[in-house]
Amino acid sequence: MWIRRLARHVSAFVLTTLVAGLLGATLVRFGPGFEADDQRLDPRLNESSIQALEQSHAGERNVFQYYSHYLGRMLRGDFRVSRSLSRPVSELLVERARVTLQLMIAGIAGGWLLGLLLAVPAAVNRAPLYDLVTTCISGFFLCVPSAVLALLLFFANGPAKLAIALVIFPNVFRYARNLIIEAYGEPHVFVAQARGLSPTRVFVWHVVPWIAPQLLALAGVSLSVAFGAAIPIEVLCDFPGIGQLAWKAALARDLPVLVSLTILVAAFTQIANSTSDLAISICTRDRR
Amino acid sequence: MRILRKAALVILVTVFAISMLADAFAPIPYSLQFRESICAPASRQFPLGTDELGRDRWSRLLYGTRVSLLLAPGAAIISTAMAVLVGGVAGYMGGWWDRVVLRLIDLFLSIPWLFLFLITRALLPLNTAPIDSMLVTFAVMGLLGWAGPARVIRIGAQSLRNSDMILHAQACGCNGVRLILVHMIPNLKPVVLAQFWTSIPIFILGEASLGLIGLGVAEPLPSWGNLLRDLGNPHLIATNPWVLAPLGLLVMVMTCFQFVLPRKESFV
Repeated sequence: MWIRRLARHVSAFVLTTLVAGLLGATLVRFGPGFEADDQRLDPRLNESSIQALEQSHAGERNVFQYYSHYLGRMLRGDFRVSRSLSRPVSELLVERARVTLQLMIAGIAGGWLLGLLLAVPAAVNRAPLYDLVTTCISGFFLCVPSAVLALLLFFANGPAKLAIALVIFPNVFRYARNLIIEAYGEPHVFVAQARGLSPTRVFVWHVVPWIAPQLLALAGVSLSVAFGAAIPIEVLCDFPGIGQLAWKAALARDLPVLVSLTILVAAFTQIANSTSDLAISICTRDRR
Repeated sequence: MRILRKAALVILVTVFAISMLADAFAPIPYSLQFRESICAPASRQFPLGTDELGRDRWSRLLYGTRVSLLLAPGAAIISTAMAVLVGGVAGYMGGWWDRVVLRLIDLFLSIPWLFLFLITRALLPLNTAPIDSMLVTFAVMGLLGWAGPARVIRIGAQSLRNSDMILHAQACGCNGVRLILVHMIPNLKPVVLAQFWTSIPIFILGEASLGLIGLGVAEPLPSWGNLLRDLGNPHLIATNPWVLAPLGLLVMVMTCFQFVLPRKESFV
């Protein structure tokens, strides 16, 4: 049962990642301006050099051929060389992944901490004024683009890196608040309260296990949201991360970088979602 | 709450009406440059001052609002129509078709939306005419934003397919196109409308984010995205705080949408 479930997750992961990479390669290949190359405009190049340059890109014209060669080389750890930055893609990814991961980890941790810290009192105490104020604050941050938040924090000499936290927190707050309120309406929580258990004990032993699966599902999605928010933040605040690399590569129609990034991002979000799925099934099995 | 909802609706309708009547409220064309009044402060002639090219900020804000408020629903129509087509058919047909569509939805949802859009938008010509760039931006958003709504509509169609009402209609000999048009689609309308309305603010914010990184609507055509680019200049904010007006309007409109839209805790 477990092996079958794991196999299904792994096969879905591999298939989705491969198709995402092919989709990325196809988009870039058929996008206008793919054949354009700044190097061809170099007046120092003679006819044979231009032909050699065109020959070097010939393998990229057939998208399936390109993608199969790319996958073969990727399995050997070779992600090819960036056309626009003239550096190995693997080197670029390793260098920039660190920046993006730091940004995302700080953002996700901060967003969850803030969201839960505000949501728990709002749901447990149900004080109307507190509820109104926290709902307004979270609503405000839902309405502002992440890049604007980062810019405002940056100019106010605040930590621009925390902009991701401000994007994550309103969603966590609203979702967690509603879940906790619903959980307090469950019969087993009523029974626990009727038996005279302390509020802390009721919350920790009866509410938290009940809402954990849904919160885990939300945690899986937050990774994808955090990455989406990181792109404009990195571009505008000049953080040399994966989001900025994606932006530069997209503008330069850098096929090797874009395909690698698409595969990497798809794989990353798939792993996050599968992990949260497995964690949810473990939680619900315990409940059963 | 009902009063707040009504107030939000009134504000939305007012903002929409003023932006549609931009010609009357802003007599200066949005692209006209007053070279002698570059970065001018707010005055009677220029209620929100001028930008670094001497263009009237008030006109640009009104026309930009019109672009964002007209085209975001346009993109939402495209994405909802695609979602109905893909999700509705998958939910109704079931079987291998449903499995393939579900995998496709997973594929689209596994790539962050802004990343996917960034790649697609950047691959299209960047030096297009402003009107074309505007249409391309929102069309691409519409074409790529179908996956989330499709998943919800698929579930709606699936539960409808197994309902007594549809079984009864089938038993009465109603099948194929008639079943879909007369029985399925009208019953899916609440789900479809909810998806349509919740997509609009997402597309407005999406355009704003893309405009900020220079991949949205091209100049000189204004949109909330490219108007927000002025926020990248702190000196300008200090000397002319009216540059914050587009941000204020964006936040106000998005807040109103939150009050007006059907209550649904979605994480997009």
